[in-house]
Amino acid sequence: MLQPQQPAPPIIVLEGVTKRFPGIVANDRVDLAIRAGEVHVLLGENGAGKSTLIGMLSGLQQPDGGRILIDGKEIAIRSPSHALSLGIGTVFQHNMLVPTLTVAENLALGGPWWQRPKIAELSVRVAEIARPLGIEINLSAQVSELSLGEQQQVEIVRALLRDSRVLILDEATSMLTPQGAAELGALMRRLVERGLAVVFITHKLGEAADFGDRVSVLKLGRKVGDIAPERLGALGREALVDEIVTLMFGRQADGDAVSIPPRAANDDTLLEVRDLNVASVSDAPALEAISFKVGRGEILGIAGIDGNGQKQLAEALAGQLSASSGSVILAGERFDGLDVGGRRRKGLRYLTDDRLGEGTVGTFPVSINYFLKQIGDPPLWRSGMERTREIEGRARELTRQFDVRTPGVATPIGRLSGGNIQKVLIARELADGAQAVIFNKPTYGLDLANTLATRQRIRDIAGQGLAVLLISTDLEELLSMCHRIAVISQGRIVGTVENGEGAGERVGRLMIGLAA
Amino acid sequence: MTDNTSPATSRAVDVVAAEPVGREIGRRLLITLGPILISLVLAGGVLVAVGVDPLAYYGLVVERGLLSPLGLQQTLTRMAPLLFIAAGLIVAFRAGMWNLGGDGQFLLGAVSAAASAPFLVQALPGWLALFAAFLIATAVAMVWSLVPALLRAYQGVNEIITTLMMSFLGVSLANVLVKLVFLDPGTTVPQTRTLAVADRLPRLFETTITSGLVFGLVAIVVVHLMMTRTAFGLRLRIVGANPRAAVHAGLDVPLLTVAVFAISAGLVGMGGAIDIIGIQGNVRADWNPAYGLAVIPVVFLARMNGFAAIGFVFLLSVLSIGGESAARRLGVPQHFTLVLISIVLITLAIAEYLDNRLNQARRA
Repeated sequence: MLQPQQPAPPIIVLEGVTKRFPGIVANDRVDLAIRAGEVHVLLGENGAGKSTLIGMLSGLQQPDGGRILIDGKEIAIRSPSHALSLGIGTVFQHNMLVPTLTVAENLALGGPWWQRPKIAELSVRVAEIARPLGIEINLSAQVSELSLGEQQQVEIVRALLRDSRVLILDEATSMLTPQGAAELGALMRRLVERGLAVVFITHKLGEAADFGDRVSVLKLGRKVGDIAPERLGALGREALVDEIVTLMFGRQADGDAVSIPPRAANDDTLLEVRDLNVASVSDAPALEAISFKVGRGEILGIAGIDGNGQKQLAEALAGQLSASSGSVILAGERFDGLDVGGRRRKGLRYLTDDRLGEGTVGTFPVSINYFLKQIGDPPLWRSGMERTREIEGRARELTRQFDVRTPGVATPIGRLSGGNIQKVLIARELADGAQAVIFNKPTYGLDLANTLATRQRIRDIAGQGLAVLLISTDLEELLSMCHRIAVISQGRIVGTVENGEGAGERVGRLMIGLAA
Repeated sequence: MTDNTSPATSRAVDVVAAEPVGREIGRRLLITLGPILISLVLAGGVLVAVGVDPLAYYGLVVERGLLSPLGLQQTLTRMAPLLFIAAGLIVAFRAGMWNLGGDGQFLLGAVSAAASAPFLVQALPGWLALFAAFLIATAVAMVWSLVPALLRAYQGVNEIITTLMMSFLGVSLANVLVKLVFLDPGTTVPQTRTLAVADRLPRLFETTITSGLVFGLVAIVVVHLMMTRTAFGLRLRIVGANPRAAVHAGLDVPLLTVAVFAISAGLVGMGGAIDIIGIQGNVRADWNPAYGLAVIPVVFLARMNGFAAIGFVFLLSVLSIGGESAARRLGVPQHFTLVLISIVLITLAIAEYLDNRLNQARRA
């Protein structure tokens, strides 16, 4: 059934491409080859580095390391217009059309500014391009009147009008109905039949299996797997999904050993959550009837695909987000109505995943960042006045104790690496009477050494008898240290699995919506 | 044979070589003073273009604003309200809130003080009357800031727009109050009752300098210490530097927002009060010195540092007092002072940008 094809030379080759942002390695030595006549699926969760990769291909960002070769020649893609002139067209996740203009006007945008747009010429070309693809485009319609799917078709045609050889579709199905997604799949098929290369970015496994000729899986900035067309054709859909699940959530060679800390003798429930409900806000899902218990010295993992309410759960527990009903109970004490500061003082600590965005103030010194959550409290402040010597002394103590590598405690924390910022956050949250600690994606964006060190730190915390709630999208991480793993999906806990033999598979199935 | 011993792993992964301190200070001076000189040349070019000898203009400004004893006393007196305004802006800007409504707050404070002080001195001992007028002015300015404060705190409405709009309203309202409500029936000119010179704030020693200068200096130093040394100031700076971190750390951001506006507007209102009970004695209709807008660039030049702001406020006073004299003598419009300050600010910003680019290029 599958024609053995002469492998055409790839149009774009990425060799060891690396991109760093402050505190985070977004792409770590990624290799990729994009060939004509292939739908190349880039699969990965939020934060896996897909968008950064697309940003570099479309000229929005420049790589910090590695090379990008186009037709075998190394080229720096300087800007989006440069990318277009190289034949790389991108349809971004969020619509880039001007809603108040007509389709024709939108398509004519970007032409020479001293000429009137040649609408007649344009309509001939659009018809040439659109008809063989089975796309109907009404050039005189106003964009705001079109459905999202139709708008996307306009964007695709716009990219083709510029003679694109490579078409990048970033999360193109996220706004579409299932039927719209299927239509887009068929359109991609026709595009590659006409000799284009299509790069299709998604975090949905099913789409990867249905539409792709080749699948590359990204995870935490690294490419962790690649399924070539021959293999993809040979596998059935179910076997394919299984293989992708293994790639996305499975164990890596460089992962650390499984080591579950022993439970303390006194393992009563320390943190309990009962029927917690949080209303949905804009794009964040609502939380529905969340209940769980975490004992002393226990690590409860929260697994799930990113964006299923993990952040809301952490914020609701910490008091940053108000719950519409339900209660949080720590060591027998109900937290109803307590604010962030009150919950922290009672011993509930929350380590955010957004280290620079909300965890720290990047321009402030390391010393102040240790104490952001206890400003004004003695002994570091006395009747509201800062005691610089005490603050710096305590900061130096914590820096030593938690092995933070910093030039000094007066250094702005934004200059530190992600691993060291994370150590500052851990030091802050563990200080003075922590009883239960919520970790949200604690190793996100860290290099391997810091990842392993952070995991060991979490095990030690549990070993000291604290209750740990570990939210992570990295199943391997959860399997390596949790006692139990609860799975969250669309704001609900859909199941809880005891860690042990076969737990990984059961959690993985729960994550993608199958019964355990 | 391969050598397996790897070099000792460096512990100091993040250590950035610290620049020598002396060179750093030299660089700072260069990128501050250089642009000021360039600005003087550029502004001189403007003066030449309108047919005025720039050297004569600058000479007159320095002579009248700084060197002549009377001019210097006027300059120091002018500083009093400006220091209060600078203090108010520092609080707001450091907390990341752009209170551009200074003129409205200033005039409402001034009118409140002008309306209440002449009556209060009849009933209360002198110092208590002035203090009460001062407090009334502060309170009125604070209340005036509530609308933008509440909109920003609870609805996220951009305060740049609301404070500017409220400022237009405030300036007009102050005018209306002077013309209709607090009109002095004893004169034909529309103005408030005049506070007798004897009842105003005492002058310093044997000079014409108002003691309001001392209050202004105290205010700006206190504000500087509050922002840098206290827990409250730190909270405000966190809200300014990273509002999401403030929420994460459990700070009550809406409440702090309202507090920032109240303190900022209150200080600006105090500036208005000081100008009336210390210097002017009354408010004439259509009087609007527009100090609020003039002080904004000064606060930026000082990088929101209170002590630096004292220096720059002094400079602004020299320029404006000297500029007023030069305006009369050479026919250069009084607003040329603002032109000069704006040129300085823009060249400073360009210098800063170039310095950053240079630094990046050096590191790369």
